[in-house]
Amino acid sequence: MADKVLMKGNEALAEAAMCAGCRHFFGYPITPQTEISAYLSKHMPKVGGTFLQAESEVAAINMVLGAAAAGVRVMTSSSSPGISLKSEGISYIAGCDLPAVIVNVQRGGPGLGGIQPSQADYYQATRGLGHGDFHMIVLAPSTVQEVIDLTFEAFDLADLYRMPVLMLSDGILGQMMEPASFPEGTGRTLPEKDWAVTGTQGKRKKNIVNSLYLQPDELERKVMERYERYDAIKKTEQKCERFMMDDAEYVVVAYGASARVAKNAIVAARAEGMKVGMIRPITLWPFPVDAIREATEQAKAFLTVELSMGQMIDDVRLACECKKPVHLCNRTGGMIVKPQEVLAKLKEISGGAK
Amino acid sequence: MLEAKKITVFAGHYGSGKSNLAVNYAFWLKQQGKETTLLDLDIVNPYFRSKDSEKELGEAGIRVIASEFANSNVDVPALPPAAYSMFTADGHYSVVDLGGDDRGSLALGRFSEMLAAADTYEMLLVINQFRPDTATPEGVLEVVREIEDACHVKFTGIANNTNLGAMTEKSHVLDSVAYAKAVSDLIGLPVVMTAYRADLGELDVPHPFPITLTTKAIWSI
Repeated sequence: MADKVLMKGNEALAEAAMCAGCRHFFGYPITPQTEISAYLSKHMPKVGGTFLQAESEVAAINMVLGAAAAGVRVMTSSSSPGISLKSEGISYIAGCDLPAVIVNVQRGGPGLGGIQPSQADYYQATRGLGHGDFHMIVLAPSTVQEVIDLTFEAFDLADLYRMPVLMLSDGILGQMMEPASFPEGTGRTLPEKDWAVTGTQGKRKKNIVNSLYLQPDELERKVMERYERYDAIKKTEQKCERFMMDDAEYVVVAYGASARVAKNAIVAARAEGMKVGMIRPITLWPFPVDAIREATEQAKAFLTVELSMGQMIDDVRLACECKKPVHLCNRTGGMIVKPQEVLAKLKEISGGAK
Repeated sequence: MLEAKKITVFAGHYGSGKSNLAVNYAFWLKQQGKETTLLDLDIVNPYFRSKDSEKELGEAGIRVIASEFANSNVDVPALPPAAYSMFTADGHYSVVDLGGDDRGSLALGRFSEMLAAADTYEMLLVINQFRPDTATPEGVLEVVREIEDACHVKFTGIANNTNLGAMTEKSHVLDSVAYAKAVSDLIGLPVVMTAYRADLGELDVPHPFPITLTTKAIWSI
C-alpha cells in the first residue's frame, strides 16, 4: 500500500482492524456503518479471515463473545439502534472479562431515529452499555488518521485489560474521506492469553469463561476486582488533545466530529481576539478528568459542543466540580452544529469579542 | 476535451470521486451552452452526494434529478421516476452520478437496455491511484468486471481522477499519467479525461479537466 491513501473513515477502520490482526468479524448491516461490513466482506476472505453476516445484532455479538473466548482478535460494528440490540451481549463479554472491539458509528435516535450523524449515544457508551456494574474503554477519533490509530489502540487495550473496547465514531467520520496512512503496529508487549478456551489437550486444567456466579459474595469479589482494574485504567489511560489552551480563558470541550466544527470556531474566535482553547477528549471513558481539572483554575467558563441534547456536559461539570459555569452549544437528531453557531455562543458567554 | 454525449455516466470504485466529477462535468456542459441535467442515482451513500450541490447547480440553470429520499432519514435505495427523462428530453444532456462499486452500479441496470438503444452514451470509469483497491491496474480491472456484471453496461472510457483530497500535489497528478496509461492498456479503453483541482495550475496531462471541489466540508466556516 502507498504511503498515503485516500479512505473513508469506515473503510479505514475496517482496514486498520485487519492490520491489527483481527481475522474475525461478525455483524449486521446498518447505515451509516455499512461500509465497515462491506469492506470486510470483500477483504477478510483474501487474508483467510472470517466475515460473517449474522441473522441479527444479538447473534453477532454472541459470536464475538465466542471468538473472544477462544483468544482471537474479534470485532463487530453497528450504528446506534444496532448497538442497543448488542447491549446484552456486551454486558456478558464484560462479565466474562473478554477482550473485544465494538464499533458504534452513531446516528440519530432514540428509537429508529434517523441515519444522519449524531453523538447522542454518549451516555450509553460511557455508562457501561448494558446491565450490571461495568465499564468499557471508549475511544473517540476525530480524523480518519485517528480512526486508524485508535483502532490499533482499541485491540491492544482490549487485550491488555481483558475488557470490551468501544470505538465511538459517528456518521460524519464514517462517511468522510481523508488522506491517511497505516502504522506498522503499536509496538506494545501484550500478555499471553493463557485464559483462552482453546482445548486442554489433556495437558492443563480447564479454562472456564463464564459470567454466572453461584454465590453472591463470589460475584461481589469479581466485580470489585474489576473495579480495581478500572481505577488503574482511569489513572493511566486518560487521553485528550489540548488545542490553543496556553492562555485560554474559555475552554471548549468537544470530541469526534463536533470537535472538528469547534476547532474552526476557535480559530475564528482567536482571530477576533478572544482567548479560547479546546480540550478534546480522545478517551471518553476514562474521561480526561485530570485535563479538565487542570484547566478549571484558568477557565472563566467551559463550553461543550455536542451533537446531542448535552450528555458529555455532565462529565465536564463533574470534572470541574461545578466550580465554573459549563455551557452547551448543540444540535441533535442528525443536524450538524455550525462553526458560526459555536462562535456566536462563545461571544455570548464571554460578553462579546475583545 | 472529450466530445459531449447525450448521456454521460460516471461510474467506478467507491470513493473515487464520481459525484464531484459529475457535478463539475455538468457545469462544464452548461458552459458549452448545452441544456444540462444532473441525475443523482447514488443508492449507496446516505450523505455526501451530488444532490448536496443542488442549490449551486440550480442557480446555474442545471436541472437536478435525485431520489426524493436522498439526504433524508428514509434509508431506501429508491430511484427517481424522472430519471427516464434522460432518454426522452429532447436536446438535453444528462450527466449520471452512480453509486460506487457493483452495489452502486446496480441502479443503472434498470436502464441498460434503453442505454444500449440510445447509442449516444458514454460511461466513464473514474479511477484514483490513491484508493487502495484501485492502486494497481489489476485492482481496477476487478472493479470494472464487477460493475459491468452488475449494471450490464460497458465502460467506454477512463477518467483519471487521482487525488489525495486536500493533500493533493501537482506531482501526484503528473505521476498518475503512467498509472492511467497502464490501466488503459490493461482494460483496452482510452483515457478521455485527467481531472485535477484547478488551483494546482495548468498541468501538461492528457485531456486535462480542471475541477473545483463542490462539496464543502460541513465543519468549516
